[in-house]
Amino acid sequence: MRKNLTRKHRSSNLKTFVLVTAAFIVMQLLSSMGMLKSSVKGQLIPICVYIVLAVSLNLVVGVSGELSLGHAGFMGVGAFTGVVVAASLRNMVGNDIVRLLIAMVCGGVMAGIAGGIIGIPVLRLQGDYLAIVTLAFGEILKNIIGNLYIGTDSSGLHFALDASNIHMEPAGKMILNGPMGTTGVEKIATFGVGFALIIFTLIVVLNLIHSKEGRAIMAIRDNRIAAESVGLNVFSFKIKAFVVSAFLAGTAGALYGLNYSAITASKFDFTTSINILVFVVLGGMGNIFGSVVSATLLYILPEMLRSLYDYRMIMYAIVLIVVMLFTWSPQAKNWIQLASNCGVMKRFLGQRKEAES
Amino acid sequence: MKKVVTMILAAAMMATTFAGCSGNGEATAMKLGASGPLTGSNAVYGNAVQYGMEIAIEELNAKGGLQLELNSQDDEGDVEKAVNAYNTLKDWGMHVMVGPTTTGSANAVAPECAADNMFMLTPSASGADVIKPGDNVFQVCFTDPNQGVASADYFAEHFPDAVIGVIYDSSDLYSAGVFSTFTSEAEAKGLNVVCTEAFTSANKSDLSTQVTKCQAAGADLVFLPFYATEAAQVLSYANKIGYKPTFFGCDGMDGILATEGFDPALAEGLMLLTPFAADGADERTQSFVKKYTEKYDTVPNQFAADAYDAVYAVYQACTQAGVTPDMSPEEVSQKLKAEFTSMTFDGLTGSGMTWDASGAVSKAPMAVVIQNGVYVSAE
Amino acid sequence: MNFLQYLINGISIGSVYAIIALGYTMVYGIAKMLNFAHGDVIMIGAYMSYCATNYLGLHPLVGLVIAMAVCTFLGITIEALAYRPLRGVPSLAVLITAIGVSYFLQNAAQLIWGSAPKNYTSIVSMEPLKIFGGGLVITGEVLITIAASIVIMLALTLFTGKTKMGKAMRAVSEDRDAAQLMGIPVNRTISATFAIGSALAALAGVLLCSTVPTLMPTTGSMPGIRAFTAAVLGGIGSIPGAMLGGILLGIIETLSKAYLSTQFSDAIVFTVLILVLLVKPSGLLGKTVQEKV
Repeated sequence: MRKNLTRKHRSSNLKTFVLVTAAFIVMQLLSSMGMLKSSVKGQLIPICVYIVLAVSLNLVVGVSGELSLGHAGFMGVGAFTGVVVAASLRNMVGNDIVRLLIAMVCGGVMAGIAGGIIGIPVLRLQGDYLAIVTLAFGEILKNIIGNLYIGTDSSGLHFALDASNIHMEPAGKMILNGPMGTTGVEKIATFGVGFALIIFTLIVVLNLIHSKEGRAIMAIRDNRIAAESVGLNVFSFKIKAFVVSAFLAGTAGALYGLNYSAITASKFDFTTSINILVFVVLGGMGNIFGSVVSATLLYILPEMLRSLYDYRMIMYAIVLIVVMLFTWSPQAKNWIQLASNCGVMKRFLGQRKEAES
Repeated sequence: MKKVVTMILAAAMMATTFAGCSGNGEATAMKLGASGPLTGSNAVYGNAVQYGMEIAIEELNAKGGLQLELNSQDDEGDVEKAVNAYNTLKDWGMHVMVGPTTTGSANAVAPECAADNMFMLTPSASGADVIKPGDNVFQVCFTDPNQGVASADYFAEHFPDAVIGVIYDSSDLYSAGVFSTFTSEAEAKGLNVVCTEAFTSANKSDLSTQVTKCQAAGADLVFLPFYATEAAQVLSYANKIGYKPTFFGCDGMDGILATEGFDPALAEGLMLLTPFAADGADERTQSFVKKYTEKYDTVPNQFAADAYDAVYAVYQACTQAGVTPDMSPEEVSQKLKAEFTSMTFDGLTGSGMTWDASGAVSKAPMAVVIQNGVYVSAE
Repeated sequence: MNFLQYLINGISIGSVYAIIALGYTMVYGIAKMLNFAHGDVIMIGAYMSYCATNYLGLHPLVGLVIAMAVCTFLGITIEALAYRPLRGVPSLAVLITAIGVSYFLQNAAQLIWGSAPKNYTSIVSMEPLKIFGGGLVITGEVLITIAASIVIMLALTLFTGKTKMGKAMRAVSEDRDAAQLMGIPVNRTISATFAIGSALAALAGVLLCSTVPTLMPTTGSMPGIRAFTAAVLGGIGSIPGAMLGGILLGIIETLSKAYLSTQFSDAIVFTVLILVLLVKPSGLLGKTVQEKV
């Protein structure tokens, strides 16, 4: 049984890596041959970002079983840290890719620290109370970033929470301008780094899930009291998952921030957190492969619906509801069972099952 | 089932991935692209821009000369979606970008336009940084700093002794932009600003505290650099508590009298700096307002007027510079850049408008005051 | 004097939050789901009442009744179509469906009524009370909203405590399977909960827009989230808790704006919330549920 499970995990992991790598190679080839529409090309990096966000949130929501509604806050911390770091290193680090990587690591570390600060007090809470506290932290982070002024001049970085207190040399340059966010950001994000980040995230998250600790985390999720009674330390495992998840969200945020010329704090709000959560739940809780696929498809869906004009977002809502009903509802599962018991579907699904095992 | 859904979606996705052959080979009309928030909480501005453009294009195409075609995309007021919308428009074969509507989106799209040498004329994104990325990016509206400075100067000239209170939306780029330059100019002019209060999109359902604080500080002139939607809340609450200072707004406020269900008595004495008023007396404005109201069942605001002007300005520049639909966007951009910096344009939002090489427009804001439910020049 | 004015403003917006939170907490207590579409039902209620009074020329109270009727029907329909098929699956899945419903309602409202805001005329025609020579102003809306929230809270407490349906609701909330075994029609009980919650949402919409006159398709979403916060602060599932949480949230929000900072008021409000939850992890009046092995 044990062996079987491990093999199943391995095959699922392999499937995820193969799919991501294949998609990357295909897109790179098409792009180098000039066969990609600009609209598709423009979506590649955000898709990488959202895949990383979804996978990292899945670590908290799906694997560790805690509902977090503030993931966009960590993304925001990472984004603004990344932008500030990249701007300050401009004259010191010549290579854009190196600068991007440094910015992403810094973004991740800052978000990880924020995750630690938030996680240590709040992970003692449970269920919907944890949800509201993470929501609250997301809003607090957004509020603070939205009032933060950061400038750089010859004496280094300056921080202030009020535009008049920044005390910069006149020649200095504002990097983050409070509510007006940042503008004129150098776009140094690349699809290749996005792909590398996905692979990194997958390795980290899958290793964590399949490690001794990961199995413990899942044991905690399924039955906390039983897990505690056999001596598993609930708290330290949860913190670890939460901080790793925040770190990954921060790196993704930095990549995101450096992919656009201008960003504002209002992007990293509750709505964005919810969107990431939708990716996770639709892909399946704890199902990493599912998160990758659903983040990609749900990101593309509203773009595909552009030809519907006024009816675009309402169609998106309807598709979301219908897909949720079909994938989760017990009745729908019964119908599928029924259909698969007779006729063509049976053979089709049978073959697939064989292929999977 | 999940897999079936996934496969259908994936197949549909692949079908739309490849670059088609939809070039500009036999283009017969100039393709104008636009983007703005057509859904969500800022949809009112995106829709106004779209409607204003539609009317302008209808009028111009009826003339029978150079034909125009509009593709208006939803960017949800979001940077990321705005870049996606821009890329979609590029795939469509857009010649000129007449957008985006909001400053946040425009800040991200302008560098793309600059890099692609796509001519961009934003009707309403008034942020100061919008036009910085390239010499092919232009604005129809005033910049925010321009409005902040103009308001402070107007106060210094007309209300030198006023006790001033300011309320602004710190989550909105337009409002924060006007506010920040207003503050520095007010300081320079020695204005007596006694309180500055902020609100955000997350807590704007209750603005009573901000109004009460201005009242408590004894402000007799309250500057409201934000949109009509929130201004209506401020005016209605001030009226309830019997607080009657002079309220002063910017161009974002001009739709206030047109808000359905709004009691004009609340706005009595409200002053604003605006280049457009829906009940202006000149014939073009009246005809525009009439058409707009008939077609869309609501009165046009500043955004609609700016958008209408943007289309007319592009049309005028295209005809004068001899731009034709078979040109590539780069060629169009080269010609329009030269034309825009040299031409003079008369529109709904000002006559004798000119553009400098930075892309900023020069037109005069006009102070108006609402008396008996209509705009009257404040001079 | 100013302090009293701020306090009254806080109680005013707080009691609007309280009415919304009462609806949230009812649905949560019985259906065990976070109904994120609740805020949008509020918006639909406000539009209905607006249309009834402004387009059909009906009396505001008739408009209110129509709005409540429409929202009741809407609530039952949403529950039957979007939530009932998901009974028994993890609550997160239902949460996402609720978000889908929320998007749907907002976009449907935009298609029907347009994106331009409408200025809602208050249904309260009472003159504001001016105390201390105008130093302290209490508007009619404030009095009506506070009175309404207290009446609703008492009515709901009585309803769940005394009536047959109310007892059924408590039984379903306690243990759905056991309730079913005891012959309680679980589906009907949950439908009734949504009906009551949505009727309350309509009333909340009318009162919200009477206090804050802007009405547009996204009007309900932010107050909805605030009310959810309030319900959690008070202890989600608890009726007096929702009331207390709403009023407290309103007061904290107003006083932090008045005396600390309007720029950072969101951060302050949420910090207070977090501190309260750290001290009382299940909200102010929430029950601490002992987990059984």
